[in-house]
Amino acid sequence: MSLRRFILKRILSLIPIMFGVSVITFGLFHLTPGDPVSQLVALNPDVSPAEEEQLRRRWGLSGPVWEQYLTWVSNVLVGDFGQELRTGREVSGIIATRLPETIALGLFGWVFALVIAIPTGIYAAVKKDQLGDTVSRFIALSGISIPNFWLGLMLILIFSLYLGLFPVLAPSRLPLYHPEMLWYLILPGITIGTAAAASIMRVMRTSMAEELNKEYVTAARAKGLPERQVILKHVLRNSLISVVTLAATLTAGIVAGSVVVEVVFNWPGLGYEFINAINQREINIVMAITLFTGLFVILANLAADIIYAILDPRIRYD
Amino acid sequence: MTEQRNTHSDRGRIRVTGFDADRVREREPISDWTDEAGDEAVGRWHRGLQRFVRNRSAMGAVVIVVLMSLAAIFARPIEMFGFVIQPLALAPYEPTTILYLQDPTISTYDPPSWDHPMGVDGSGRDLYSRVLVGGRYSISIGFIVVGLTASFGLIYGAISGYYGGNVDEVMMRIVDTIFAFPGLILALIIVAILGGGYWQLVLAFSLFGWAGYGRLVRGEVLKIKESEYVLAAKALGARDLSVVFRHIAPNAMPPLIVLASLNIGTVVIGVAALGFLGLGMDPGTAEWGTMLDETRETLIQGPDGRIPWWATVYPGGAIFLFVMSMNMIGDGINDALDAQQTGVGRGGEE
Repeated sequence: MSLRRFILKRILSLIPIMFGVSVITFGLFHLTPGDPVSQLVALNPDVSPAEEEQLRRRWGLSGPVWEQYLTWVSNVLVGDFGQELRTGREVSGIIATRLPETIALGLFGWVFALVIAIPTGIYAAVKKDQLGDTVSRFIALSGISIPNFWLGLMLILIFSLYLGLFPVLAPSRLPLYHPEMLWYLILPGITIGTAAAASIMRVMRTSMAEELNKEYVTAARAKGLPERQVILKHVLRNSLISVVTLAATLTAGIVAGSVVVEVVFNWPGLGYEFINAINQREINIVMAITLFTGLFVILANLAADIIYAILDPRIRYD
Repeated sequence: MTEQRNTHSDRGRIRVTGFDADRVREREPISDWTDEAGDEAVGRWHRGLQRFVRNRSAMGAVVIVVLMSLAAIFARPIEMFGFVIQPLALAPYEPTTILYLQDPTISTYDPPSWDHPMGVDGSGRDLYSRVLVGGRYSISIGFIVVGLTASFGLIYGAISGYYGGNVDEVMMRIVDTIFAFPGLILALIIVAILGGGYWQLVLAFSLFGWAGYGRLVRGEVLKIKESEYVLAAKALGARDLSVVFRHIAPNAMPPLIVLASLNIGTVVIGVAALGFLGLGMDPGTAEWGTMLDETRETLIQGPDGRIPWWATVYPGGAIFLFVMSMNMIGDGINDALDAQQTGVGRGGEE
């Protein structure tokens, strides 16, 4: 199977999943007692039943369930997520302003994870069962086990309050591309990236240790290649494949982590908005962010699959 | 071998020629061989248990988990339907007792002292008592959720893998769809819909949490389905249900158990995260995550400019210690059962 056909096939297989994601999102909120209109009516008791019916029609909340679903999906497909109930702002506009903040945080977390985990993973595999390996395994296990919100609080406690290296809150919100923002990204970025770093470290160690026992490594060594070149050029490349297979899972973890970490650090991204919207019952925003999360994870999965197929052509024939 | 044994009583028995354990009359006295030991086959579970017991870090983690669970149970007396079923009290105070009402010398955010080993929290309650009692919620929810989801996932995956074809296709697309949402996000939404509370949290993590087990078991079943003992069972006329649950499911257990043991920690963190976001148990409940939420505002500015670190360090440390121990146990089980071939222990799905 050519790479192009493989990618096409994978994209086609996403269609039922995308449909499922939209059904779950719609279904969860449709089951919620009290739709947006009854909330509005509760805020304003002067609304007559006729007006309520009119409102319902305007919001696409009248008629049978499948009709409501179709209205919602066709609106979403053209980028219309409805309005915020209290202020009437467009939800798509809110998402557009919040999304870059979350992307910056997630990217920082990913870069942090890779920079920390790949060298440590190599080190642990090369020094397998020695002291350095034991220590780094213990650290990796801690990284998986530590709750990210507590890690964030502890980092604030140590680095902001006791050492005074970082402001607890950014003094003023500068635009995201301002170089100073990088400094404020460090603590939340580390918090969000730690779990991913720990997982990658564990996978790197296991897969590298496995690769090191293979015959091509013996061949490369027998050829007289320096150990450094054997590891960095031959073994590393093969063990990175297993990191790619993990990438989609870790991205989902980072997306979920952003909700918690943004609350800890008052970072005005999608996750922060999500919790606010849940507390204020802004259903349109919650639905939009839920849908976005699902689509994003699906696309991350697709990207990981494609990279995997490029790196390891055997997978295309499965 | 000069004389032939009576073949009728040993029909079908595999014999190794050249050495016959039955004929050795004299043995080294230091070998602990007995007549029974020669006949006994060591099962996979037995061997796994032996290996697990030899794993020192995993056994240490078991001790911690057991101690923390016992501490949660015996922290305060438990009363059910008017009967006291557990009279012991390891914690000196009720988790809701406001200390300065009884003893005016105590104020909010008193640092750790002899009487209050973990200090006093922002509402004047004894943190040590609260941390001990706090385990009741997270730990029990963790075990209940994993029990429910693993059982359902086992059935789901077994059916999907065994029947294959269109059934499998549809069932796995459902799992793929659930996998598109991070578990914490789904739990958040369910709690947002249902409101907080103990059984709501159980439901929030169970409703979609089985998908991972389903996918894992299905993969195992696909492998096992091709094996000869399944073919033999079918050839002998076993019905589908009996093949799935007597032959396939038990052999798919080791990776399932590894995943389950690792997931208990994930659920405990998830419950605490919802509590921290203010969506878990009712505010004021002595649940680890909820406790962290209550001190978050005052972490930055305590009374007199002091930083009340104990109110953050101890509840969070309790979560960390428990989850870390659970993960060590999971790793230990993984090593002991040789489940690593399935990739479960390497941090996720296959």
